[in-house]
Amino acid sequence: MSLEARLLVTRPAFTLDLALEVRPGEVVALLGPNGAGKTTALRALAGLTSLSGGHISLHGAPLHTLPAESRPIGMVFQDYLLFPHLTALDNVAFGPRCQGVPKAEARAVAAALLERVGLAERAAARPRQLSGGQAQRVALARALAVRPELLLLDEPLAALDAHTRLEIRSHLRRHLADFDGVTVLVTHDPLDAMVLADRLIVIENGTMVQQGTPVEVARRPRTDYVARLVGLNLYRGVADGARVKVGELLLHTSEHLDGAAFVAFPPAAVALYRERPDGSPRNLWQARVDGIERHGDNVRVHLDGPVAAFADITPAAVADLDLTPGRQVWASVKATETHAYPA
Amino acid sequence: MGSFAPERVGPEGPRGGPAGRPATGREVSGRLPWMLVVPALAGLAFLVLPLAGLLIRAPWSTLLERLAEPHVLEALRLSLVCATIATAVCLVLGVPLAWLLARVEFPGRRLVRALVTVPLVLPPVVGGVALLLVLGRRGLVGQWLEATFGITLPFTTAGVIVAEAFVAMPFLVISVEGALRAADRRFEEAAATLGASRWTVFRRVTLPMVMPGVVAGGVLCWARALGEFGATITFAGNFPGTTRTMPLAVYLALETEPEAAIVLSLVLLAVSVIILASLRDRWVSAP
Repeated sequence: MSLEARLLVTRPAFTLDLALEVRPGEVVALLGPNGAGKTTALRALAGLTSLSGGHISLHGAPLHTLPAESRPIGMVFQDYLLFPHLTALDNVAFGPRCQGVPKAEARAVAAALLERVGLAERAAARPRQLSGGQAQRVALARALAVRPELLLLDEPLAALDAHTRLEIRSHLRRHLADFDGVTVLVTHDPLDAMVLADRLIVIENGTMVQQGTPVEVARRPRTDYVARLVGLNLYRGVADGARVKVGELLLHTSEHLDGAAFVAFPPAAVALYRERPDGSPRNLWQARVDGIERHGDNVRVHLDGPVAAFADITPAAVADLDLTPGRQVWASVKATETHAYPA
Repeated sequence: MGSFAPERVGPEGPRGGPAGRPATGREVSGRLPWMLVVPALAGLAFLVLPLAGLLIRAPWSTLLERLAEPHVLEALRLSLVCATIATAVCLVLGVPLAWLLARVEFPGRRLVRALVTVPLVLPPVVGGVALLLVLGRRGLVGQWLEATFGITLPFTTAGVIVAEAFVAMPFLVISVEGALRAADRRFEEAAATLGASRWTVFRRVTLPMVMPGVVAGGVLCWARALGEFGATITFAGNFPGTTRTMPLAVYLALETEPEAAIVLSLVLLAVSVIILASLRDRWVSAP
């Protein structure tokens, strides 16, 4: 009893080929860069984009043979698409009305849902009178009003400003936890994905490159895109015991492995020196400063050398080291700060 | 995990220019080119002078008496009724046709769209002749209509409505089709995901969203029907009380009593201006 699908959509310059299995009650996030095919996958599940091949089955019954209006789905769109000529209440009542629920009853259902998302007092407002966060909640209520078995969310928080986003994210998380159907959401924001989803599926160029729980994905990225999202330096090399050879560089790690392996460490674990440090730590290499940018309260230094790496240091350290692009520095990472895992 | 992309900030709005320089207007205006100004003024005069002439030559002293004459009121009533019914017919047939052209992919769609616009460029008299050939007593469809239902259209009030609808419908179809193409189709997709059939989507989402376009098209259509002359006189004739609409009455009066023609023309002008003015702010201009 779950969603089981293989989505194949071919376009002239793009192919989406994605296998999905989601259990009831589970929230899966499709995470990927723009143009990776996340939204196409979601539209294919909804029936708004037709499949070139593959299948979709929900609770064992085929879904891909049904038109969008006959699928037991609820969808929240990126910019919500609330009907501008209807009130918030009538937007939410729209779905039940289409299912043949009498008007008064549909409105009662809608009013209850608006109450649940905390917008009972905005029932009579038109969409253009609602704030972004309110519109998002009405859109969620509208999607839930059809009692969907499959809930689809397309970049549900992308249109919100940073402050509202924080509030709506936790609000959405509560509602997704209460929802007992299958949820698939699409996002390019790793934080949204980590907070909202039980499992992440990372898509690049129309195919899945990694999946796992947010913790697994954050700890063990398998592509440069994921590593950048979760803020880690990532290298692929060959392990031999507690050492991983990455190109010309030998990195000492705390884990023992053999064969193809990934090594990851956070930019904050990278220490920089003007001169070769004494009592030298084992992971030490000479690098050239390629760029410097502000990063939160710290400064992110882009390093070139045997391996490309990011180092996060304090603004004071930048001044002490007199860092400028092109300068040669020594970079080091403690073995205990690295994390190695099989590739 | 501190490397999330920063929130993107929208492009900054235009800022005022440096102090001392006006924010709007050009720095160097130069002389207006007479090559443009002279024809522009001539064009304006050409459009406005005839209307002014109508007002200047109007027999203001006897206006009310002439307006109250039974045949004037009769022609006016007939015109308003026929144009309104013709517009209703155009709405009932034309809105679905516009939807078909805008929303359904079918072979020959471009040809159909071209055919729909033919009455727009066809001389109305030719349209009247064509209607006679098809819907006349001996016409292809007219024969069958008379034999089966006992309906004859030519030279009846119904014929006036048919002629007006034939000429005016393209205005509505083009206007509504344009509105449909401009409407954001993702709202229709959202409705579909909520379980709405295509008919429900049309009725509850598409139609309300393109309503301004439908009203604008309806107004154009009504104005065109009100002024219809060629197709009407050819297909429906010129019988007082049944088919003599205002434009026909104006033309006829011009030969016998020009002052009456002026009065009738003024009435038509007034009706057009009133309709245009009353709808303009609410519907015709974009929100």
